[in-house]
Amino acid sequence: MRYETVIGLEVHVELATNSKIFCSCSAHSFGADPNSHVCPACCGMPGMLPVVNKRVVDFGMKAGLMLNCDINRTTTFDKKSYYYPDLPAAYQTTQWFAPVAVNGVVEIETSKGKKKVRIKQIHMEEDAGKLVHDIREDTTHVDFNRTSVPLIEIVSQPDLSSAEEVEAYLERLKTLLRYAKVAECEMAHGTMRCDVNLSVRPEGSDKLGVRAEMKNMNSIEAIKRAIEYETARHIDAIENGTEVLRQETRRWDDIKGKSYAMRTKETAGDYRYFPDPNVMPVVIDDAWFNEIKSSLPEFPEVKRARYTEEYALSDYDAEQLTKSIALCECFEGAFEVTKNAKDSANWILSEVMTILNARKMTYDQLTLDGRALGTLILLVTGGKVGRANAKKILAAMFDDPTIEPEKYAEENGFVMSNDTGKAEAVIKAVIAADPKSVADFKGGKEKALMALFGKCMKELKGNCDPQTLRKLLIDEINKA
Amino acid sequence: MNEMNKRIVVDDMLLTTDAPTTAGSKMLDGYMSLLEAEALTRAKAAEYTIGGKADVGEFSFDLLGETSYRGAIVQNGVLKNASAEIVASGDALAALCLDVNGTPRRAAAQYALVSVKPTYGRVSRYGTIPVACSGETVSVLAKTAGDCRALLDAIAGHDDKDGTSLPEELCNKVSEAVPVRRVALLKNFQADATVTEKIDAAIKEFTTNGIEVVEIDNEIFAAARTAWNVLMCAELCNNVSRYDGVKYGYRAENFSGIDELYTNSRTEAFGELLKTAILFGSETLSTENYMKVYDKCLRTRRVVCEEFAKIFSDFDALLLPACSTMTYTEKAIAENKHFVFEENLYTAPASITGLPAVVAGGVQLVGKAFSENALLDVAKILTKEAN
Repeated sequence: MRYETVIGLEVHVELATNSKIFCSCSAHSFGADPNSHVCPACCGMPGMLPVVNKRVVDFGMKAGLMLNCDINRTTTFDKKSYYYPDLPAAYQTTQWFAPVAVNGVVEIETSKGKKKVRIKQIHMEEDAGKLVHDIREDTTHVDFNRTSVPLIEIVSQPDLSSAEEVEAYLERLKTLLRYAKVAECEMAHGTMRCDVNLSVRPEGSDKLGVRAEMKNMNSIEAIKRAIEYETARHIDAIENGTEVLRQETRRWDDIKGKSYAMRTKETAGDYRYFPDPNVMPVVIDDAWFNEIKSSLPEFPEVKRARYTEEYALSDYDAEQLTKSIALCECFEGAFEVTKNAKDSANWILSEVMTILNARKMTYDQLTLDGRALGTLILLVTGGKVGRANAKKILAAMFDDPTIEPEKYAEENGFVMSNDTGKAEAVIKAVIAADPKSVADFKGGKEKALMALFGKCMKELKGNCDPQTLRKLLIDEINKA
Repeated sequence: MNEMNKRIVVDDMLLTTDAPTTAGSKMLDGYMSLLEAEALTRAKAAEYTIGGKADVGEFSFDLLGETSYRGAIVQNGVLKNASAEIVASGDALAALCLDVNGTPRRAAAQYALVSVKPTYGRVSRYGTIPVACSGETVSVLAKTAGDCRALLDAIAGHDDKDGTSLPEELCNKVSEAVPVRRVALLKNFQADATVTEKIDAAIKEFTTNGIEVVEIDNEIFAAARTAWNVLMCAELCNNVSRYDGVKYGYRAENFSGIDELYTNSRTEAFGELLKTAILFGSETLSTENYMKVYDKCLRTRRVVCEEFAKIFSDFDALLLPACSTMTYTEKAIAENKHFVFEENLYTAPASITGLPAVVAGGVQLVGKAFSENALLDVAKILTKEAN
């Protein structure tokens, strides 16, 4: 018999707000000392009251709109109770009854074509802390830095059927949420986490099989391995009766390449959800809704189409640029100054990319001001700065965003000279010092000219138009 | 006013930074808070001085404080309330209390003091030990309505640190409240002669002073009590979950593993009435019971609010007892350990609706939102204060 896998995902994404969801502690503690980003409120001390961070609701709405959801115009927070040492108040404030966004849809593309994945809901909630186990001391320490950092949980319908689709879906979420600048979505940093609900059924059946929920996959590769392992385990159980499948939560061990049962439905705790009386319902009026709606970026596809139509970029260039909103913004900024789409795109896709790659930066980490890049491009096309020197200026602009290209070029002697007298003097000196190369060139060795040319350019610190220099050099050799 | 005249006492539900805050529970024995209750900060800013702290029952939802881990205060077999004792004796001008389940109102009635429970959201709950957050408010207990009013004015107002705190312009609506001219009296309440005597006296005083008192019948009060007991215990169960022996407070000496650490710490530190409330509250929130019980009580709360709105379309205030008897004996609660869940029949309506309530002359007046100053004005008739 042939089988099909039915997969639904619960994706947790850390929202990139400055402060936590219910207090004013900084939400960014990656690499910070334990318990250095905490206050009595996020530590669950008695007497502290939650005050909703409006930015979190802004970001939750943006995420919902990017994923084509309906926004609940009255959205409420609820308490979810369970005991665990990383949860200081013994309850998590989340959204159970009226989540911020519902009924969305995300389109993905795989080798099998396009597919729509339905989103059940997106809810906002607070993160828990972290337990740090010290094996030598046989103790466990609690770090509350991450407690109350805002998250959204994106719950899909069981519309996915393969590891490839799951990967495409996660990539799509990442792109859309990064476009809206609401989240980093980096699995390696823990800013995107994914639980997989999986069941297997005979192909064509409309009945769902027994579902397992898998946790603890820390990379897309681990997710793919877990899906393959779990699918095989289910098929084996169905066909060979190797075990009785139960609805349960399983923990993925990526080193062993196996999943292990954590708890079954029967032994799972009751979370006893109820509305949090300390958080008033959040009412999203038209003004607020419209403000968020109008702040949304163009969708990647719309941007891509516009780049080929409006800017006459190639499909390839448009696709490369629209992979990241940071590249798009850099391009659009550069174009504003240069009014030359092809030059602007080329600079980003060659020189900017080279630096990003060399520095092992992601596209989204690009903070280069597009307008400044545009100014630099104009300096090159206007013949004021040589290309090699322009690259040096660009590298400096990566290090210091306050650099103004023109001023920097002047201060650092990167401005090309129109003074042919200076070039002629250098040429004369170079020729005089290297009669062998001159003779070689005259004897028909083209390479010898390049050696002389290089020496001249070096003496001139690159500040001479290469065509002019070449012509002057040949003229001078011929005179000699 | 000299310092003596502005000395107040704070009940042990309000966090203080210079003395432990225990909420009357062994669980928080010696707990030192990092922050202070907003109401206390504001009282200090208005030049009130803090004379000390008064004990409360464990998480302050009992009758008068008898469930404190320090033991009940009993005189001649009669239960006493710490805050009211201090105020009645003249050792403090007033007390700041957290009215979770009517304790300050019962105490005021039995000690012939005045208590004001303001409109929900008018006084910040920041820095109060959370129990039944949807209904509890900081309240004031004093000998006179005037002293209640002065301290309440000092602590009231919007606070950014409390998400349920009302905007300043709403807080200030108390100054627009219409004077009390027509009072509804709840018919057929169950109370003994010591209480009916006070009610009769109040009716007489009101009538003499040109305030009309009309008897009404309303079935909603029993439902309000049932719903309040469910909501209060559910919220309490959730709020006291944080006391798990891991971070602060009492930790059992003997345990193996985290589950036993939780269980033993809580079993050893919590008292019997609290455990009853936790178990009851927990049950009402289970997946099985949520819609049948908890959600129904939330809807009941709305119905109670609507009933009060109807009453207040005709009347300026509702007159009812604050307790069923003027003395609680040790014997009576030994015979009925859950007595408080019946006795709060009189206090639950204002708790569940968030409406203001004033106790004076041994009786309780509940008014529409932001009417607490008008209620305090009419209370002066009962306390014989000059207006």
